[in-house]
Amino acid sequence: MSVVSDASRIIAVRHSAATRRRNVLLGLALALLAAFALALYLGDYPVPASGIVQSLLSPVTGLADRSVDFIVLQVRLPRAILAVLSGASFALAGIIFQTLLRNPLASPDIIGVAHGASAAAVFCIIILGWSGLAVSFGAFGGAVLTALAIYFLAWRNGVTAFRVVLIGIGMAAMLAAVISYLFTRARLNEVQQAMAWLVGSLNAARPGDSIVLAGAMLVLIPLMIGLVRALDAMELGDDTARALGAPVELTRLGLMLVAVGFAAFATAAVGPVGFVAFVSGPLARSLLKGAGRGFAQAALVGALVMLVSDLLAQHLLPTVQLPVGVVTGACGALFLLWLLMASGRSGRVN
Amino acid sequence: MSELAGNRAQKAARLTLGLLLLGLALAVIAMLSLATGARAIPLENVWTALVAFDPNATEHRIIWDLRMPRTVVGLMVGAALGLAGAVLQGATRNPLADPSILGIHAGAALAVVLGVAVLGMTQLSTYAWMAFAGAGAAMLVVYSVASLGREGATPVKLALAGAAITAVLHSIINAILLTSPRTLDEIRFWQVGSLSGRSMDIALQVAPFLAVGMILALGTARLLDGLSMGDDVARALGQRIGLSRGMAGLAAVILAGASTAAAGPIAFVGLTVPHVARAITGPGYRWILPYSMLLAPILLLGADVLGRVIAPPGEVQVGIVTAFLGAPFFIALVRRRKLAAL
Repeated sequence: MSVVSDASRIIAVRHSAATRRRNVLLGLALALLAAFALALYLGDYPVPASGIVQSLLSPVTGLADRSVDFIVLQVRLPRAILAVLSGASFALAGIIFQTLLRNPLASPDIIGVAHGASAAAVFCIIILGWSGLAVSFGAFGGAVLTALAIYFLAWRNGVTAFRVVLIGIGMAAMLAAVISYLFTRARLNEVQQAMAWLVGSLNAARPGDSIVLAGAMLVLIPLMIGLVRALDAMELGDDTARALGAPVELTRLGLMLVAVGFAAFATAAVGPVGFVAFVSGPLARSLLKGAGRGFAQAALVGALVMLVSDLLAQHLLPTVQLPVGVVTGACGALFLLWLLMASGRSGRVN
Repeated sequence: MSELAGNRAQKAARLTLGLLLLGLALAVIAMLSLATGARAIPLENVWTALVAFDPNATEHRIIWDLRMPRTVVGLMVGAALGLAGAVLQGATRNPLADPSILGIHAGAALAVVLGVAVLGMTQLSTYAWMAFAGAGAAMLVVYSVASLGREGATPVKLALAGAAITAVLHSIINAILLTSPRTLDEIRFWQVGSLSGRSMDIALQVAPFLAVGMILALGTARLLDGLSMGDDVARALGQRIGLSRGMAGLAAVILAGASTAAAGPIAFVGLTVPHVARAITGPGYRWILPYSMLLAPILLLGADVLGRVIAPPGEVQVGIVTAFLGAPFFIALVRRRKLAAL
């Protein structure tokens, strides 16, 4: 009797968790769609909604209005798409790190991966005199190398979250010194160029950036899903997982590489935009209220944060276009305080 | 009992001798700092310049006008950073506490950026005050954010809160620097942490703060020893925990703030030196504090001398050299097993 009622209760709980997951996913998707439409609509050059739809359909219908098509298809659409893709990538990188290291503060923009990309990019701009796509390649390499260095330095009969976080912070400080040094060794205009890259911006979004990033995501997302299945066992703790036969270290290394891939490709495309990786996971989880791990929801939150931040950055001040990194940084500050106050009430940080 | 007392006296004698040797080493490094640079000056000439100054001799002028202020600032800043690190580590019972990890430097940097961009400051001596205020504010925020929650300010929470606040502050700094090239040009040379171009005025300006901070810090030795036994034991022994932490924190902020004001943000000296001191003296802040106070300027001046000779004809700022010496040490420290045991 009681067994039956327990079982039915478990089924009911599972059902309500699934409903919540679906509702959150749906709500976020709708919000993202609305923000996307707004991103296409808002701008200095007024285009009526009908004109935007017509322009979006013009490859099919053949109805062309050259100036409107340029604004919509060449300027606003690539920018909005890049915002969505890079936001989702940062968010996935963040939530993977946060899940693996079991600490909401352990996102790649805090534990040194972003610093590696930044130091490499500044080196490329100031010492090698590169610009554009070449800098992105440099940043990608810097992120991957730094992440590998952190991982192997943290290795000692296995890797603990504690060591990864602290060694990441140490690496971040050293790389920050490299950036400061390069800044004193350059002409002011080179330093300004490097600064602009460091803050991260969508102002120079090109269709090519989105294609590279989308290609990377197509490879990384299935890998992530496969590896996350193994996470279920790992959530029980290293010893239990090992007892259950899960190759803990291999899964962890694989997932970290996937996360680094997300972070590195996104950083290469838009620069080290801060705090998107950091805020998305915890925000998604607070929406889910414990119903699931929230990877898909976090990706949508990241895309939404990036898109809305970019809209604010473009239209907040009438004369200046702020880089998106400034807005996400300010939002991150508020979110951080909220997170720490919430954790103060519950007594733990997760 | 008398044997124990004898051992203790022996240890005290040994450690006092060690302190004297460190003082000697510091004097040697200071002499080297006076002798090294774009124009190398033989040590005997340095000595004559010190005891019999001749205003017409170029070498004597170089020593007194350029290298002496630099060396004095280096000594002061080094001692302050070493003490600040040791006091912070003791007060927070956290082996990773350090002005740069805890966000103090980022707070100082934001304040200086605001001073230059908004208030139009151009003199090192005026924006030193901004650095001071910013350092104090940042330290306060980081510590209060990290001590939220039941288990209080654990090592990881403090380090992460420091890193996160640093990231937040840097994103604000970036926004300002992007819109103001003049500020960027001014700040990039302050940001690295350097001893070059410091005048005697700066040394005189921060000296009173450093003196107060040092007296306060050395006075906290007994309190830190009490705290190191854990809050409950300390409280049972009649110590007032909050007051002790507050005093130690105040000393650390004064020292770290004044040193940042004088030399810019210099990372890792405050982190590494107390660990070396602890390895020599064993536990007990009565010895750790003076050892840190002498070891840190040896490291700082040594790094400064190194920075002057490794990349001729230019020089590498001391903040860069200490970061590259300090970060590997930090990583080695983290890799050690018993990290949180302090």
